[in-house]
Amino acid sequence: MALYSEKVMDHFRNPRNVGKMDNPDAVGEVGNAVCGDIMKIYLKIENDIIVDVKFNTFGCGSAIATSSMATEMIKGKSISEALKLTNKAVTEALDGLPAHKLHCSVLAEEAIFAAIKDYYDRNGIKYDKKIFTMHSHDDEDEQKD
Amino acid sequence: MIYVDNAATTKLSKRALDEMMPYLTENYGNASSLYAFGQKSKEAIENARAVVASFIGANPNEIYFTSGGTEADNQAINSAAYFGALKNKKHIISSKFEHHAVLHTLKKLEREGFEVTYLDVHENGIVRVEELKKAIREDTCLCTIMFANNEIGTIQPIKEIGEVCRERGVIFHTDAVQAVGHIEVNVQTQNIDMLSISAHKFHGPKGVGVLYCKQNVPLRSFLEGGAQERKKRAGTENVAGIVGMAAALKEVMINRETAAKHQTMLRDRLIDGLLKIPHTKLNGDRTNRLPNNVNVSFEGIEGESLILLLDDDGICVSSGSACTSGSLEPSHVLLAIGLPHEIAHGSLRITLDASNTLDDVDYILKKVPEVVSYLRNMSPLWEELELGKKEFQIK
Repeated sequence: MALYSEKVMDHFRNPRNVGKMDNPDAVGEVGNAVCGDIMKIYLKIENDIIVDVKFNTFGCGSAIATSSMATEMIKGKSISEALKLTNKAVTEALDGLPAHKLHCSVLAEEAIFAAIKDYYDRNGIKYDKKIFTMHSHDDEDEQKD
Repeated sequence: MIYVDNAATTKLSKRALDEMMPYLTENYGNASSLYAFGQKSKEAIENARAVVASFIGANPNEIYFTSGGTEADNQAINSAAYFGALKNKKHIISSKFEHHAVLHTLKKLEREGFEVTYLDVHENGIVRVEELKKAIREDTCLCTIMFANNEIGTIQPIKEIGEVCRERGVIFHTDAVQAVGHIEVNVQTQNIDMLSISAHKFHGPKGVGVLYCKQNVPLRSFLEGGAQERKKRAGTENVAGIVGMAAALKEVMINRETAAKHQTMLRDRLIDGLLKIPHTKLNGDRTNRLPNNVNVSFEGIEGESLILLLDDDGICVSSGSACTSGSLEPSHVLLAIGLPHEIAHGSLRITLDASNTLDDVDYILKKVPEVVSYLRNMSPLWEELELGKKEFQIK
């Protein structure tokens, strides 16, 4: 039996939307080097729709695969739809992850929320802070350095 | 496929398998049975005992067959500790980068009231004998320090450690799982009281090993049962495994020096080639290391991704990253030599055997830089390092 499902390996080997973006409308970066995973996501947003998305990830196979799958799942979606994305949905779309790797899938969800928060902040859009508190993980401190 | 993860396990030698086969088929007698058919198995075990003993400078009656290195480590350490406790000696000395078979046994003893001093292994991955001397106390019952490290391959000053322990009346155990069959191991000249061996690290079968215990060093049994192994290790003997281990050991020992020379040449070519990749460092002492061990860290990438991509290229290697350890922490060995977490996450271990060729090495040296560069290109950490937002830790 392989370590990962075929789908995980497909997204790991051929990550979708990998790369950087010039003049993004929003950027989210979460994780830290000490823990061994960092994800940075770039969004292009037009009329509340995520028209393009790119990501860069430092991390293991499941971190890269969940990054790739998550970007696929929000591309073309509205911001409110993207905010409904859960790490569970990403994991399921990948046909599951080994139990000790489930924490890796949280990274992508957090990065998307961080990017949307950045979009709101940049554009002075008011929002309920509670939406993001659940997804802040412990990256408040990390963003300082 | 290029298999270069020989510190994890090795291919069973054809010779060993051939010698094992009769004991897996027609010669199935129990070595404890009195009739000739059983005694055939007994004889095979005793022949193997003499072979193993001869290659480490021991007497056959100092060799105890076990299920492997883990069991040998457990038995040696627990035994020396409990005999020490009888004399009110409850202090043990070890090092920070032992195998978990040793470290977890020591943790268990700490919970039982023993005190353990873990010697530093410094940046080069080698314990210092002066520090051992200082650590020895009146109540020290045991010193357990590995012969060669399983991750970074660094070789410890075993003879000197043994000498100090002898002078101070401390039992000295060494986990020699990575050393036997690779470098010179001699319990007499190197002053070793107890030593652990695992067969599958030198092309023997899995599930069999040896505990050497010097005569007059007391040894406790931890399995209740029959009188096998002179009442020190109950349970019907793994005859085929024992025979296979001896055959494999004989085979590697005959070719050891030639094989070591060949592997050292390949190892050095790999090290030189990999260090050409920018921001890469060798982990562990450059020369005082096993002939087959290469361990490097690449800044800005994570080890599991590296291994999975190399696997796609048909290369079997390992890493000390958290994701390969099954925990959230990177390898304790790499942390013990002072690597920051992010550098430990980006480590790669290559462990050769005698069958590897220059072509294998050149293929690895072609593929690894490609994969490292691909992963760095998608790493936000690498981006920050390149933009100067973060400082490189490996210059």
